[in-house]
Amino acid sequence: MSLLLNELGNGIFLGAFFGLIALGYSMVYGILRLINFAHGDFFMVAAFVSYTVLGAVMVGHSHTHWFTVVWVGLLVMVLTGGLATLANQLVYRPMRRAAILSMMIAAIGLSQVLENGVLVTPGWGATYLVYPVTTPPSGFYVGSNHFTWGQLIIVVISGLLGLGVYLLVGRTLLGKAMRAVSEDQTAAVLMGINVDLVIAIVFFIGGALAGAAAVMTGVYYGQINYLMGFTVGLEAFTAAVLGGIGNIGGAVIGGLILGIVQSIGTGLFGAEWAIVVAFAALVLMLWFRPTGILGERVARRM
Amino acid sequence: MKALELEEISVYYGPVRGVENVTLDVEEGEIVALLGANGAGKSTLLKAISGIIHQKQGIIKFFGEDFHRMSPHRRVVGGLVHVPEGRRIFTALTIGENLELGAYGTKTGRVERSERLSEVLAMFPFLKEHFKRLAGTLSGGEQQVLAIARAMMSNPKVLMIDEPSLGLDPQKIDIVYDLLQEVAAIGTTVLLVEQNVKLALEIAARAYVLQQGSVVLSGVSSSLINDPRLSDAYLGKAADGDH
Ligand SMILES: Nc1ncnc2c1ncn2[C@@H]1O[C@H](COP(=O)(O)OP(=O)(O)O)[C@@H](O)[C@H]1O
Ligand SMILES: [Mg+2]
Repeated sequence: MSLLLNELGNGIFLGAFFGLIALGYSMVYGILRLINFAHGDFFMVAAFVSYTVLGAVMVGHSHTHWFTVVWVGLLVMVLTGGLATLANQLVYRPMRRAAILSMMIAAIGLSQVLENGVLVTPGWGATYLVYPVTTPPSGFYVGSNHFTWGQLIIVVISGLLGLGVYLLVGRTLLGKAMRAVSEDQTAAVLMGINVDLVIAIVFFIGGALAGAAAVMTGVYYGQINYLMGFTVGLEAFTAAVLGGIGNIGGAVIGGLILGIVQSIGTGLFGAEWAIVVAFAALVLMLWFRPTGILGERVARRM
Repeated sequence: MKALELEEISVYYGPVRGVENVTLDVEEGEIVALLGANGAGKSTLLKAISGIIHQKQGIIKFFGEDFHRMSPHRRVVGGLVHVPEGRRIFTALTIGENLELGAYGTKTGRVERSERLSEVLAMFPFLKEHFKRLAGTLSGGEQQVLAIARAMMSNPKVLMIDEPSLGLDPQKIDIVYDLLQEVAAIGTTVLLVEQNVKLALEIAARAYVLQQGSVVLSGVSSSLINDPRLSDAYLGKAADGDH
Protein backbone atom coordinates (compact mmCIF):
# COMPACT_ATOMS: atom_id res chain seq x y z
CA MET A 1 0.00 0.00 0.00
CA SER A 2 2.67 2.44 1.03
CA LEU A 3 4.77 1.36 -1.93
CA LEU A 4 1.85 1.97 -4.24
CA LEU A 5 1.33 5.42 -2.74
CA ASN A 6 4.96 6.17 -3.36
CA GLU A 7 4.73 5.09 -7.02
CA LEU A 8 1.53 7.07 -7.39
CA GLY A 9 3.16 10.21 -6.02
CA ASN A 10 6.19 9.80 -8.26
CA GLY A 11 3.93 8.97 -11.18
CA ILE A 12 1.98 12.19 -10.79
CA PHE A 13 5.25 14.07 -10.52
CA LEU A 14 6.61 12.46 -13.67
CA GLY A 15 3.24 12.89 -15.35
CA ALA A 16 3.36 16.63 -14.76
CA PHE A 17 6.50 16.85 -16.93
CA PHE A 18 5.07 14.58 -19.59
CA GLY A 19 1.84 16.56 -19.60
CA LEU A 20 3.55 19.92 -20.07
CA ILE A 21 5.57 18.69 -23.02
CA ALA A 22 2.68 16.65 -24.40
CA LEU A 23 0.62 19.85 -24.55
CA GLY A 24 3.05 21.27 -27.09
CA TYR A 25 2.85 18.16 -29.27
CA SER A 26 -0.88 18.06 -28.99
CA MET A 27 -1.60 21.71 -29.71
CA VAL A 28 0.61 21.76 -32.80
CA TYR A 29 -0.91 18.51 -33.98
CA GLY A 30 -4.37 19.88 -33.36
CA ILE A 31 -3.79 22.92 -35.51
CA LEU A 32 -1.54 21.56 -38.29
CA ARG A 33 -1.96 17.74 -38.09
CA LEU A 34 1.81 17.78 -37.75
CA ILE A 35 3.74 15.62 -35.32
CA ASN A 36 6.47 18.06 -34.48
CA PHE A 37 9.37 15.72 -33.77
CA ALA A 38 11.55 18.71 -32.94
CA HIS A 39 9.40 19.61 -29.93
CA GLY A 40 11.46 17.50 -27.50
CA ASP A 41 14.52 19.38 -28.71
CA PHE A 42 12.96 22.75 -27.92
CA PHE A 43 12.81 21.37 -24.38
CA MET A 44 16.45 20.28 -24.56
CA VAL A 45 17.68 23.63 -25.93
CA ALA A 46 15.70 25.36 -23.17
CA ALA A 47 17.53 23.27 -20.59
CA PHE A 48 20.90 24.38 -21.98
CA VAL A 49 19.92 28.03 -22.29
CA SER A 50 18.62 28.08 -18.72
CA TYR A 51 21.80 26.31 -17.60
CA THR A 52 23.90 29.11 -19.03
CA VAL A 53 21.67 31.98 -17.87
CA LEU A 54 21.32 30.56 -14.35
CA GLY A 55 25.04 29.86 -14.18
CA ALA A 56 25.74 33.49 -15.09
CA VAL A 57 23.34 35.07 -12.62
CA MET A 58 24.30 32.71 -9.81
CA VAL A 59 27.97 33.66 -9.93
CA GLY A 60 29.12 34.91 -6.54
CA HIS A 61 26.01 33.67 -4.73
CA SER A 62 26.62 30.95 -2.19
CA HIS A 63 23.00 29.94 -1.85
CA THR A 64 20.09 29.74 -4.24
CA HIS A 65 17.77 32.69 -4.71
CA TRP A 66 14.53 31.08 -5.79
CA PHE A 67 13.20 34.43 -6.94
CA THR A 68 16.01 34.50 -9.48
CA VAL A 69 15.18 30.99 -10.62
CA VAL A 70 11.58 32.04 -11.19
CA TRP A 71 12.43 35.00 -13.39
CA VAL A 72 15.03 33.03 -15.29
CA GLY A 73 12.33 30.39 -15.75
CA LEU A 74 9.97 33.01 -17.17
CA LEU A 75 12.70 34.36 -19.43
CA VAL A 76 13.47 30.87 -20.71
CA MET A 77 9.77 30.27 -21.34
CA VAL A 78 9.68 33.35 -23.55
CA LEU A 79 12.92 32.39 -25.32
CA THR A 80 11.77 28.82 -25.96
CA GLY A 81 8.42 30.07 -27.16
CA GLY A 82 10.35 32.34 -29.49
CA LEU A 83 12.50 29.45 -30.70
CA ALA A 84 9.43 27.34 -31.47
CA THR A 85 7.78 30.25 -33.28
CA LEU A 86 10.93 30.92 -35.26
CA ALA A 87 11.14 27.24 -36.21
CA ASN A 88 7.56 27.45 -37.43
CA GLN A 89 8.21 30.58 -39.48
CA LEU A 90 11.41 29.29 -41.03
CA VAL A 91 10.69 25.60 -41.49
CA TYR A 92 7.00 24.73 -41.32
CA ARG A 93 5.27 27.81 -42.65
CA PRO A 94 6.93 27.70 -46.06
CA MET A 95 5.79 24.05 -46.23
CA ARG A 96 2.13 24.73 -45.41
CA ARG A 97 0.99 23.34 -48.74
CA ALA A 98 3.40 20.42 -48.75
CA ALA A 99 2.42 16.86 -47.86
CA ILE A 100 2.30 16.23 -44.13
CA LEU A 101 4.96 13.53 -44.48
CA SER A 102 7.39 16.09 -45.91
CA MET A 103 6.73 18.32 -42.92
CA MET A 104 7.45 15.45 -40.54
CA ILE A 105 10.72 14.74 -42.30
CA ALA A 106 11.56 18.43 -41.97
CA ALA A 107 10.73 18.14 -38.26
CA ILE A 108 13.21 15.28 -37.88
CA GLY A 109 15.78 17.37 -39.73
CA LEU A 110 15.15 20.31 -37.43
CA SER A 111 15.55 18.01 -34.44
CA GLN A 112 18.97 16.95 -35.76
CA VAL A 113 19.98 20.56 -36.33
CA LEU A 114 19.09 21.50 -32.75
CA GLU A 115 20.81 18.49 -31.19
CA ASN A 116 23.97 18.93 -33.20
CA GLY A 117 23.86 22.68 -32.71
CA VAL A 118 24.00 22.14 -28.96
CA LEU A 119 26.66 19.47 -29.42
CA VAL A 120 29.06 21.86 -31.17
CA THR A 121 28.32 24.92 -29.03
CA PRO A 122 31.33 25.79 -26.85
CA GLY A 123 30.53 25.20 -23.19
CA TRP A 124 27.66 22.82 -23.95
CA GLY A 125 28.73 19.71 -25.91
CA ALA A 126 28.21 15.99 -25.38
CA THR A 127 28.90 15.49 -21.70
CA TYR A 128 26.36 15.59 -18.92
CA LEU A 129 26.34 19.07 -17.41
CA VAL A 130 25.58 19.71 -13.78
CA TYR A 131 22.68 22.13 -13.46
CA PRO A 132 23.60 25.22 -11.41
CA VAL A 133 20.58 24.96 -9.11
CA THR A 134 18.97 21.96 -7.44
CA THR A 135 15.98 21.55 -5.18
CA PRO A 136 16.79 20.84 -1.53
CA PRO A 137 15.96 17.37 -0.16
CA SER A 138 13.69 18.72 2.56
CA GLY A 139 10.07 17.72 2.28
CA PHE A 140 7.12 16.07 3.96
CA TYR A 141 5.73 12.63 4.69
CA VAL A 142 2.53 11.04 3.51
CA GLY A 143 2.33 7.94 5.71
CA SER A 144 5.84 6.61 5.52
CA ASN A 145 6.51 8.06 2.07
CA HIS A 146 8.79 11.03 1.72
CA PHE A 147 8.11 13.65 -0.97
CA THR A 148 10.14 16.83 -1.36
CA TRP A 149 8.75 20.35 -1.44
CA GLY A 150 10.42 20.69 -4.80
CA GLN A 151 8.31 17.87 -6.18
CA LEU A 152 5.15 19.41 -4.82
CA ILE A 153 5.95 22.85 -6.22
CA ILE A 154 6.77 21.39 -9.63
CA VAL A 155 3.45 19.55 -9.71
CA VAL A 156 1.60 22.71 -8.66
CA ILE A 157 3.34 24.89 -11.26
CA SER A 158 2.68 22.32 -13.98
CA GLY A 159 -0.94 22.10 -12.91
CA LEU A 160 -1.35 25.87 -13.05
CA LEU A 161 0.27 26.09 -16.49
CA GLY A 162 -1.96 23.28 -17.75
CA LEU A 163 -5.01 24.98 -16.30
CA GLY A 164 -3.97 28.26 -17.91
CA VAL A 165 -3.76 26.65 -21.34
CA TYR A 166 -7.06 24.88 -20.78
CA LEU A 167 -8.80 28.16 -19.95
CA LEU A 168 -7.09 29.99 -22.78
CA VAL A 169 -8.20 27.44 -25.36
CA GLY A 170 -11.62 26.87 -23.87
CA ARG A 171 -12.72 30.33 -22.84
CA THR A 172 -10.95 33.13 -24.67
CA LEU A 173 -11.67 34.46 -28.14
CA LEU A 174 -8.11 33.54 -29.14
CA GLY A 175 -8.71 29.98 -27.93
CA LYS A 176 -11.88 29.78 -29.97
CA ALA A 177 -9.94 31.03 -32.98
CA MET A 178 -7.38 28.26 -32.36
CA ARG A 179 -10.09 25.63 -32.38
CA ALA A 180 -11.62 27.19 -35.49
CA VAL A 181 -8.27 27.08 -37.32
CA SER A 182 -7.87 23.50 -36.15
CA GLU A 183 -11.17 22.51 -37.74
CA ASP A 184 -11.19 24.51 -40.98
CA GLN A 185 -8.46 26.97 -41.92
CA THR A 186 -10.30 28.45 -44.89
CA ALA A 187 -13.46 29.06 -42.91
CA ALA A 188 -11.31 30.62 -40.18
CA VAL A 189 -9.78 33.05 -42.68
CA LEU A 190 -13.30 33.98 -43.76
CA MET A 191 -14.01 34.99 -40.16
CA GLY A 192 -11.19 37.50 -40.40
CA ILE A 193 -8.84 35.30 -38.38
CA ASN A 194 -5.17 35.75 -39.17
CA VAL A 195 -4.45 32.04 -39.42
CA ASP A 196 -0.67 32.40 -39.64
CA LEU A 197 -0.64 34.46 -36.48
CA VAL A 198 -2.80 31.95 -34.61
CA ILE A 199 -0.51 29.11 -35.66
CA ALA A 200 2.52 31.13 -34.56
CA ILE A 201 0.92 31.70 -31.16
CA VAL A 202 0.24 27.99 -30.76
CA PHE A 203 3.91 27.26 -31.42
CA PHE A 204 4.86 29.95 -28.94
CA ILE A 205 2.69 28.49 -26.18
CA GLY A 206 3.94 24.95 -26.82
CA GLY A 207 7.53 26.16 -26.73
CA ALA A 208 6.99 28.19 -23.56
CA LEU A 209 5.56 25.14 -21.77
CA ALA A 210 8.53 23.06 -22.88
CA GLY A 211 10.77 25.84 -21.54
CA ALA A 212 9.11 25.68 -18.14
CA ALA A 213 9.43 21.89 -18.11
CA ALA A 214 13.11 22.19 -19.01
CA VAL A 215 13.96 24.50 -16.10
CA MET A 216 12.07 22.28 -13.69
CA THR A 217 13.79 19.18 -15.07
CA GLY A 218 17.19 20.79 -14.61
CA VAL A 219 16.39 21.95 -11.11
CA TYR A 220 14.99 18.60 -10.07
CA TYR A 221 17.24 16.05 -11.78
CA GLY A 222 20.35 18.23 -11.54
CA GLN A 223 21.89 17.30 -14.87
CA ILE A 224 21.23 17.88 -18.55
CA ASN A 225 22.39 16.32 -21.80
CA TYR A 226 21.95 17.15 -25.47
CA LEU A 227 20.02 13.92 -26.06
CA MET A 228 17.55 14.49 -23.23
CA GLY A 229 14.96 15.87 -25.64
CA PHE A 230 14.81 12.64 -27.57
CA THR A 231 13.69 10.39 -24.73
CA VAL A 232 11.43 12.90 -23.07
CA GLY A 233 10.01 13.87 -26.44
CA LEU A 234 9.18 10.25 -27.17
CA GLU A 235 7.52 9.83 -23.80
CA ALA A 236 5.57 13.07 -24.06
CA PHE A 237 4.48 12.16 -27.57
CA THR A 238 3.30 8.82 -26.21
CA ALA A 239 1.38 10.69 -23.51
CA ALA A 240 -0.25 12.94 -26.09
CA VAL A 241 -1.37 9.96 -28.16
CA LEU A 242 -2.55 8.12 -25.04
CA GLY A 243 -4.75 11.02 -24.09
CA GLY A 244 -5.95 11.61 -27.64
CA ILE A 245 -3.65 13.81 -29.65
CA GLY A 246 -5.03 17.23 -30.52
CA ASN A 247 -6.94 17.41 -27.27
CA ILE A 248 -5.76 19.70 -24.45
CA GLY A 249 -7.28 17.76 -21.57
CA GLY A 250 -6.10 14.55 -23.20
CA ALA A 251 -2.46 15.67 -23.12
CA VAL A 252 -2.63 16.28 -19.38
CA ILE A 253 -4.52 13.06 -18.62
CA GLY A 254 -2.24 11.08 -20.94
CA GLY A 255 0.79 12.58 -19.18
CA LEU A 256 -0.50 11.60 -15.76
CA ILE A 257 -1.46 8.08 -16.80
CA LEU A 258 1.88 7.53 -18.50
CA GLY A 259 3.70 8.92 -15.48
CA ILE A 260 1.89 6.59 -13.10
CA VAL A 261 2.17 3.53 -15.35
CA GLN A 262 5.86 4.20 -15.90
CA SER A 263 6.49 4.80 -12.24
CA ILE A 264 4.80 1.55 -11.23
CA GLY A 265 6.40 -0.33 -14.13
CA THR A 266 9.92 0.79 -13.33
CA GLY A 267 9.22 0.02 -9.65
CA LEU A 268 8.49 -3.55 -10.69
CA PHE A 269 10.99 -4.13 -13.50
CA GLY A 270 13.72 -1.52 -12.97
CA ALA A 271 14.45 1.91 -14.45
CA GLU A 272 15.94 0.59 -17.68
CA TRP A 273 12.46 -0.61 -18.65
CA ALA A 274 10.91 2.88 -18.56
CA ILE A 275 10.53 3.34 -22.33
CA VAL A 276 9.40 -0.23 -22.83
CA VAL A 277 6.70 0.22 -20.22
CA ALA A 278 5.62 3.49 -21.87
CA PHE A 279 5.24 1.91 -25.29
CA ALA A 280 3.59 -1.21 -23.91
CA ALA A 281 1.02 1.05 -22.26
CA LEU A 282 0.52 2.90 -25.54
CA VAL A 283 0.08 -0.25 -27.61
CA LEU A 284 -2.35 -1.69 -25.08
CA MET A 285 -4.32 1.51 -24.92
CA LEU A 286 -4.55 1.94 -28.68
CA TRP A 287 -5.66 -1.66 -28.94
CA PHE A 288 -8.79 -0.89 -26.97
CA ARG A 289 -9.26 2.75 -27.95
CA PRO A 290 -7.52 3.69 -31.18
CA THR A 291 -8.32 7.37 -30.74
CA GLY A 292 -6.77 7.69 -27.31
CA ILE A 293 -8.73 8.59 -24.22
CA LEU A 294 -10.27 11.88 -25.33
CA GLY A 295 -9.42 11.74 -29.00
CA GLU A 296 -12.81 11.26 -30.63
CA ARG A 297 -13.11 14.55 -32.43
CA VAL A 298 -9.76 14.42 -34.12
CA ALA A 299 -10.28 10.86 -35.19
CA ARG A 300 -13.62 11.74 -36.70
CA ARG A 301 -11.99 14.42 -38.79
CA MET A 302 -9.18 12.29 -40.07
CA MET B 1 -21.68 54.15 -54.94
CA LYS B 2 -20.40 50.84 -56.24
CA ALA B 3 -19.84 48.30 -53.48
CA LEU B 4 -17.96 45.88 -55.72
CA GLU B 5 -16.31 46.34 -59.08
CA LEU B 6 -14.59 43.50 -60.88
CA GLU B 7 -12.61 44.24 -63.99
CA GLU B 8 -11.47 41.40 -66.20
CA ILE B 9 -10.87 38.88 -63.47
CA SER B 10 -9.22 35.61 -64.46
CA VAL B 11 -8.46 32.71 -62.15
CA TYR B 12 -6.79 29.45 -63.09
CA TYR B 13 -6.25 26.22 -61.17
CA GLY B 14 -3.00 25.24 -62.77
CA PRO B 15 -4.02 24.74 -66.40
CA VAL B 16 -7.74 24.56 -65.53
CA ARG B 17 -9.76 27.70 -66.14
CA GLY B 18 -11.84 28.81 -63.17
CA VAL B 19 -13.09 32.12 -64.57
CA GLU B 20 -11.83 34.27 -67.42
CA ASN B 21 -12.18 38.02 -68.02
CA VAL B 22 -15.15 38.51 -65.75
CA THR B 23 -16.31 42.10 -65.38
CA LEU B 24 -19.19 42.93 -63.11
CA ASP B 25 -20.32 45.41 -60.52
CA VAL B 26 -22.65 45.52 -57.55
CA GLU B 27 -24.28 48.75 -56.42
CA GLU B 28 -24.41 49.51 -52.71
CA GLY B 29 -27.61 48.13 -51.16
CA GLU B 30 -28.40 45.91 -54.13
CA ILE B 31 -29.03 42.18 -54.24
CA VAL B 32 -27.21 40.80 -57.27
CA ALA B 33 -27.36 37.16 -58.31
CA LEU B 34 -24.57 35.21 -59.93
CA LEU B 35 -26.07 32.31 -61.84
CA GLY B 36 -24.74 29.44 -63.82
CA ALA B 37 -24.58 25.67 -64.13
CA ASN B 38 -22.37 23.50 -61.99
CA GLY B 39 -18.74 24.23 -62.80
CA ALA B 40 -19.46 27.61 -64.39
CA GLY B 41 -17.06 29.41 -62.06
CA LYS B 42 -19.42 30.99 -59.52
CA SER B 43 -17.61 29.75 -56.42
CA THR B 44 -14.26 30.56 -57.97
CA LEU B 45 -15.33 34.15 -58.44
CA LEU B 46 -16.47 34.52 -54.82
CA LYS B 47 -13.21 32.98 -53.62
CA ALA B 48 -11.23 35.45 -55.68
CA ILE B 49 -13.22 38.35 -54.24
CA SER B 50 -12.74 37.19 -50.64
CA GLY B 51 -9.11 36.45 -51.46
CA ILE B 52 -8.88 32.80 -50.47
CA ILE B 53 -7.63 32.05 -53.98
CA HIS B 54 -5.46 34.35 -56.05
CA GLN B 55 -6.62 35.89 -59.25
CA LYS B 56 -4.25 35.64 -62.18
CA GLN B 57 -5.24 39.02 -63.51
CA GLY B 58 -7.82 41.74 -63.09
CA ILE B 59 -8.86 44.36 -60.58
CA ILE B 60 -11.21 43.96 -57.63
CA LYS B 61 -12.44 47.17 -56.05
CA PHE B 62 -14.38 47.32 -52.80
CA PHE B 63 -16.08 50.72 -52.40
CA GLY B 64 -13.54 52.11 -54.82
CA GLU B 65 -10.57 50.69 -52.98
CA ASP B 66 -8.27 48.20 -54.74
CA PHE B 67 -8.27 44.93 -52.81
CA HIS B 68 -5.54 43.41 -54.86
CA ARG B 69 -2.81 43.07 -52.26
CA MET B 70 -4.94 42.82 -49.16
CA SER B 71 -4.81 39.49 -47.33
CA PRO B 72 -8.16 37.73 -47.02
CA HIS B 73 -8.61 38.19 -43.28
CA ARG B 74 -8.12 41.95 -43.70
CA ARG B 75 -10.87 42.06 -46.31
CA VAL B 76 -13.26 40.77 -43.64
CA VAL B 77 -12.18 43.58 -41.34
CA GLY B 78 -12.96 45.96 -44.20
CA GLY B 79 -16.57 44.78 -44.31
CA LEU B 80 -16.63 42.04 -46.94
CA VAL B 81 -17.88 38.68 -45.73
CA HIS B 82 -18.15 35.41 -47.64
CA VAL B 83 -20.41 32.54 -46.60
CA PRO B 84 -18.85 29.65 -48.49
CA GLU B 85 -20.46 26.76 -50.29
CA GLY B 86 -21.37 24.01 -47.85
CA ARG B 87 -21.70 26.58 -45.01
CA ARG B 88 -18.44 25.53 -43.32
CA ILE B 89 -19.56 26.21 -39.78
CA PHE B 90 -17.27 25.02 -36.99
CA THR B 91 -18.94 21.78 -35.99
CA ALA B 92 -16.82 21.17 -32.89
CA LEU B 93 -17.68 24.61 -31.48
CA THR B 94 -20.95 25.72 -29.97
CA ILE B 95 -23.40 27.97 -31.77
CA GLY B 96 -22.40 30.79 -29.47
CA GLU B 97 -18.71 30.27 -30.20
CA ASN B 98 -19.38 30.21 -33.94
CA LEU B 99 -21.17 33.54 -33.62
CA GLU B 100 -18.43 35.09 -31.51
CA LEU B 101 -15.88 34.12 -34.14
CA GLY B 102 -17.99 35.85 -36.74
CA ALA B 103 -17.02 39.12 -35.08
CA TYR B 104 -13.35 38.14 -34.72
CA GLY B 105 -12.17 40.21 -37.64
CA THR B 106 -13.84 43.40 -36.48
CA LYS B 107 -11.25 43.88 -33.73
CA THR B 108 -13.88 45.41 -31.51
CA GLY B 109 -13.87 45.23 -27.74
CA ARG B 110 -15.70 42.75 -25.58
CA VAL B 111 -18.59 45.13 -24.90
CA GLU B 112 -19.21 45.96 -28.54
CA ARG B 113 -18.99 42.30 -29.46
CA SER B 114 -21.61 41.31 -26.93
CA GLU B 115 -23.86 44.17 -28.08
CA ARG B 116 -23.53 42.95 -31.63
CA LEU B 117 -24.27 39.43 -30.43
CA SER B 118 -27.56 40.57 -28.86
CA GLU B 119 -28.53 42.36 -32.06
CA VAL B 120 -27.84 39.30 -34.18
CA LEU B 121 -29.57 36.96 -31.76
CA ALA B 122 -32.63 39.20 -31.92
CA MET B 123 -32.64 38.62 -35.67
CA PHE B 124 -32.13 34.87 -35.24
CA PRO B 125 -34.16 33.76 -32.19
CA PHE B 126 -33.65 30.08 -32.97
CA LEU B 127 -29.93 30.43 -32.35
CA LYS B 128 -30.52 32.16 -29.06
CA GLU B 129 -32.46 29.14 -27.79
CA HIS B 130 -29.64 26.77 -28.75
CA PHE B 131 -26.73 28.99 -27.88
CA LYS B 132 -24.68 26.33 -26.09
CA ARG B 133 -25.38 23.47 -28.46
CA LEU B 134 -22.56 22.06 -30.60
CA ALA B 135 -22.99 23.45 -34.09
CA GLY B 136 -22.31 20.01 -35.60
CA THR B 137 -25.60 18.77 -34.19
CA LEU B 138 -27.66 21.23 -36.27
CA SER B 139 -29.56 20.18 -39.39
CA GLY B 140 -28.48 21.47 -42.80
CA GLY B 141 -31.01 24.30 -42.81
CA GLU B 142 -30.13 25.31 -39.29
CA GLN B 143 -26.45 25.30 -40.20
CA GLN B 144 -27.17 27.62 -43.11
CA VAL B 145 -29.02 29.98 -40.79
CA LEU B 146 -26.06 29.87 -38.40
CA ALA B 147 -23.64 30.57 -41.25
CA ILE B 148 -25.61 33.68 -42.22
CA ALA B 149 -25.91 34.83 -38.62
CA ARG B 150 -22.19 34.28 -38.10
CA ALA B 151 -21.45 36.37 -41.17
CA MET B 152 -23.73 39.14 -39.88
CA MET B 153 -21.74 39.28 -36.64
CA SER B 154 -19.08 41.30 -38.43
CA ASN B 155 -21.69 43.87 -39.43
CA PRO B 156 -20.65 43.56 -43.07
CA LYS B 157 -21.17 46.06 -45.83
CA VAL B 158 -21.26 43.28 -48.40
CA LEU B 159 -22.40 39.69 -47.86
CA MET B 160 -21.45 37.10 -50.47
CA ILE B 161 -23.23 33.80 -50.13
CA ASP B 162 -22.63 30.64 -52.13
CA GLU B 163 -25.58 28.38 -52.92
CA PRO B 164 -27.54 28.82 -49.69
CA SER B 165 -30.34 26.58 -50.95
CA LEU B 166 -28.06 23.61 -51.64
CA GLY B 167 -29.36 20.42 -50.05
CA LEU B 168 -32.28 22.08 -48.27
CA ASP B 169 -35.95 21.17 -48.57
CA PRO B 170 -38.31 23.88 -49.90
CA GLN B 171 -39.55 24.94 -46.49
CA LYS B 172 -36.02 25.54 -45.21
CA ILE B 173 -35.12 27.34 -48.41
CA ASP B 174 -37.97 29.76 -47.75
CA ILE B 175 -36.65 30.47 -44.27
CA VAL B 176 -33.14 31.08 -45.56
CA TYR B 177 -34.34 33.34 -48.38
CA ASP B 178 -36.54 35.34 -46.02
CA LEU B 179 -33.46 35.87 -43.89
CA LEU B 180 -31.44 37.04 -46.86
CA GLN B 181 -34.12 39.59 -47.66
CA GLU B 182 -34.05 40.78 -44.06
CA VAL B 183 -30.29 41.12 -44.28
CA ALA B 184 -30.66 43.18 -47.44
CA ALA B 185 -33.45 45.24 -45.89
CA ILE B 186 -31.11 46.56 -43.23
CA GLY B 187 -28.85 47.91 -45.95
CA THR B 188 -26.44 45.04 -46.53
CA THR B 189 -25.34 44.58 -50.13
CA VAL B 190 -25.77 40.96 -51.19
CA LEU B 191 -23.98 39.00 -53.90
CA LEU B 192 -25.90 35.76 -54.16
CA VAL B 193 -24.59 32.68 -55.96
CA GLU B 194 -27.25 30.20 -57.01
CA GLN B 195 -27.88 27.37 -59.40
CA ASN B 196 -31.60 27.68 -58.70
CA VAL B 197 -32.44 30.49 -61.12
CA LYS B 198 -36.06 31.05 -60.19
CA LEU B 199 -35.29 31.36 -56.52
CA ALA B 200 -32.46 33.82 -57.00
CA LEU B 201 -34.25 36.04 -59.50
CA GLU B 202 -37.16 36.42 -57.08
CA ILE B 203 -35.05 38.40 -54.65
CA ALA B 204 -32.27 39.80 -56.82
CA ALA B 205 -32.59 43.09 -58.68
CA ARG B 206 -30.03 42.08 -61.28
CA ALA B 207 -28.11 39.00 -62.27
CA TYR B 208 -25.03 37.87 -64.14
CA VAL B 209 -24.98 34.48 -65.81
CA LEU B 210 -21.73 32.60 -66.03
CA GLN B 211 -20.97 29.85 -68.48
CA GLN B 212 -17.66 28.05 -68.56
CA GLY B 213 -15.96 30.81 -66.66
CA SER B 214 -17.27 33.80 -68.58
CA VAL B 215 -20.24 36.13 -68.26
CA VAL B 216 -22.60 35.28 -71.12
CA LEU B 217 -25.63 37.25 -70.02
CA SER B 218 -26.56 39.96 -67.57
CA GLY B 219 -29.43 42.29 -66.81
CA VAL B 220 -32.32 43.07 -64.50
CA SER B 221 -34.14 40.06 -63.09
CA SER B 222 -37.51 40.83 -64.62
CA SER B 223 -36.14 40.75 -68.14
CA LEU B 224 -33.81 37.81 -67.57
CA ILE B 225 -36.47 35.52 -66.23
CA ASN B 226 -38.13 35.20 -69.67
CA ASP B 227 -34.93 35.33 -71.67
CA PRO B 228 -34.41 32.08 -73.65
CA ARG B 229 -30.65 32.61 -73.53
CA LEU B 230 -30.82 31.98 -69.76
CA SER B 231 -31.84 28.35 -70.13
CA ASP B 232 -29.39 28.03 -73.01
CA ALA B 233 -26.60 28.95 -70.62
CA TYR B 234 -27.53 26.01 -68.44
CA LEU B 235 -28.24 23.58 -71.27
CA GLY B 236 -25.14 24.68 -73.14
CA LYS B 237 -23.03 23.53 -70.25
CA ALA B 238 -24.86 20.21 -70.14
CA ALA B 239 -24.44 19.65 -73.89
CA ASP B 240 -20.80 20.56 -73.52
CA GLY B 241 -20.42 17.78 -70.98
CA ASP B 242 -21.40 15.20 -73.59
CA HIS B 243 -18.17 15.11 -75.52
N1 LIG C 1 -9.60 23.32 -56.49
C1 LIG C 1 -9.76 23.20 -57.83
N2 LIG C 1 -8.81 22.62 -58.57
C2 LIG C 1 -8.96 22.49 -59.91
N3 LIG C 1 -10.01 22.92 -60.58
C3 LIG C 1 -11.01 23.51 -59.90
C4 LIG C 1 -10.93 23.68 -58.47
N4 LIG C 1 -12.06 24.30 -58.06
C5 LIG C 1 -12.80 24.51 -59.17
N5 LIG C 1 -12.18 24.04 -60.26
C6 LIG C 1 -12.68 24.11 -61.64
O1 LIG C 1 -13.00 25.45 -61.92
C7 LIG C 1 -14.20 25.54 -62.66
C8 LIG C 1 -15.20 26.40 -61.90
O2 LIG C 1 -15.55 25.76 -60.69
P1 LIG C 1 -16.45 26.42 -59.59
O3 LIG C 1 -16.05 27.82 -59.40
O4 LIG C 1 -16.44 25.56 -58.39
O5 LIG C 1 -17.87 26.36 -60.28
P2 LIG C 1 -19.32 26.58 -59.67
O6 LIG C 1 -19.19 27.11 -58.29
O7 LIG C 1 -19.97 27.53 -60.61
O8 LIG C 1 -19.99 25.24 -59.68
C9 LIG C 1 -14.69 24.12 -62.88
O9 LIG C 1 -14.25 23.69 -64.14
C10 LIG C 1 -13.97 23.34 -61.81
O10 LIG C 1 -13.74 22.02 -62.22
MG1 LIG D 1 -19.85 26.30 -56.53
